[in-house]
Amino acid sequence: MVRRAKDPPIRVLIAKPGLDGHDRGAKIVARALRDAGMEVIYAGLRQTPEAIVQAAIEEDVDLVGVSILSGAHMALIPRIIQLLRKEKAGEIPVFAGGIIPDEDARILRRRGVKAIFGPGATLEEIVTTARTLAGRPA
Amino acid sequence: MKAARLPEGARKVRSGDRRALARLITAIENGDRDAEPTLQALYPFTGGAWVVGITGPLGVGKSSLINALLAHLRRNDRTVAVLAVDPSSPFSGGSLLGDRIRLDRPPEDAGIFIRSMASRGHSGGVAIATRASVRALEAAGFDVVLVETVGSGQVDVEIRDVASTSVVVLVPHLGDEVQTMKAGLFEIADVFCVNKSDLPGAERAERDLMDLATIGRAREGWTTRVVATSTALPSGIDRLWEAIAAHEKFLDESGRRSEEERHRLSKEIAGRVRDRVGAEILEDPSLDGLVTRVVERKLDPESAARQLYARRFRPL
Repeated sequence: MVRRAKDPPIRVLIAKPGLDGHDRGAKIVARALRDAGMEVIYAGLRQTPEAIVQAAIEEDVDLVGVSILSGAHMALIPRIIQLLRKEKAGEIPVFAGGIIPDEDARILRRRGVKAIFGPGATLEEIVTTARTLAGRPA
Repeated sequence: MKAARLPEGARKVRSGDRRALARLITAIENGDRDAEPTLQALYPFTGGAWVVGITGPLGVGKSSLINALLAHLRRNDRTVAVLAVDPSSPFSGGSLLGDRIRLDRPPEDAGIFIRSMASRGHSGGVAIATRASVRALEAAGFDVVLVETVGSGQVDVEIRDVASTSVVVLVPHLGDEVQTMKAGLFEIADVFCVNKSDLPGAERAERDLMDLATIGRAREGWTTRVVATSTALPSGIDRLWEAIAAHEKFLDESGRRSEEERHRLSKEIAGRVRDRVGAEILEDPSLDGLVTRVVERKLDPESAARQLYARRFRPL
């Protein structure tokens, strides 16, 4: 039987920009999203915002998740959003995870980040939010 | 100008719109019928790229090798698209698509395009969408399309349905596995690449493969080449590309290219017809009744199939 995907899998790019080398958290989230039926492209470590946006476009993702533990989130995340908009891909939702103080989180949300997960966030929360952001609430 | 008469979707892909190309590949993966007119319009622009399959077991360093090949090709002014196919989880349907092949490429470099693809239930290493996606990348104008796959066994036999040159990547110490695989491997490989050749055992592996290559049947004038590479050192990447280029030139000079393409296309068209017919048969109203008779042992499956076939394809 010819298999036609009526409900195509959600494609997510998980990126770790900048010099941050701790990717265990990002990999755990990537696996959780995979276990929830999503196709996860792991963009790897030390990517520039330009490279991340290029990947998002080539991979035609539904979502971009950015993980930053290094504190460089204010420099890097708005840049990613700006570049997405420049490439006319501004409708791709961006969510962030890592060590992000509340005040920075507020600013990031104003700049267009759709969700921010601190270290205490559960995988379930992240998966549910990802589905909602991708327009496919469970 | 021909391009102006193409429908919009096709025109965008031909003019270098990367988003349009990416979206077309998504539509192909999703079996979206709306993509068909674009694919039809783009088909005349296919057939111009060198489509190279890179396959081999997990852990042999295919991604690093492709990374190195990308750099080599860009230095030589060739544009390259990469399609990296990974398996989907049979449980969740999701997939952890390999680390995108990392390269210190300037993001403005439009000469590279990298797309990851999940097999989505297809049991071979090559997803159904792979072939159509390769065509989309060809039509977008890339000189070379690299297709990276992992076979469901150790290597992917289906890569030859898609690629004109197939590279099988191995590492030293695969030893016994090489012996057991060898029949299958020689059906697939136009080039063997012994990667991680900085590791001990590489020379032995290379020699063993070369012995097998000379003993093995030379496939219509082409003897499988063996190249040792190391992305760690780095070394051998230029020789790997030379071997691939040599095979591509052999295909042109010997006339094998069109023969092999005809064979691939025959298989593909037959496969498409088979898929349609298969789908139709499952919807056939007389199937249920036949199945009942087979379950009750009043009819055997082969006879049931023949009856259905006769009814559908030889109307009285």
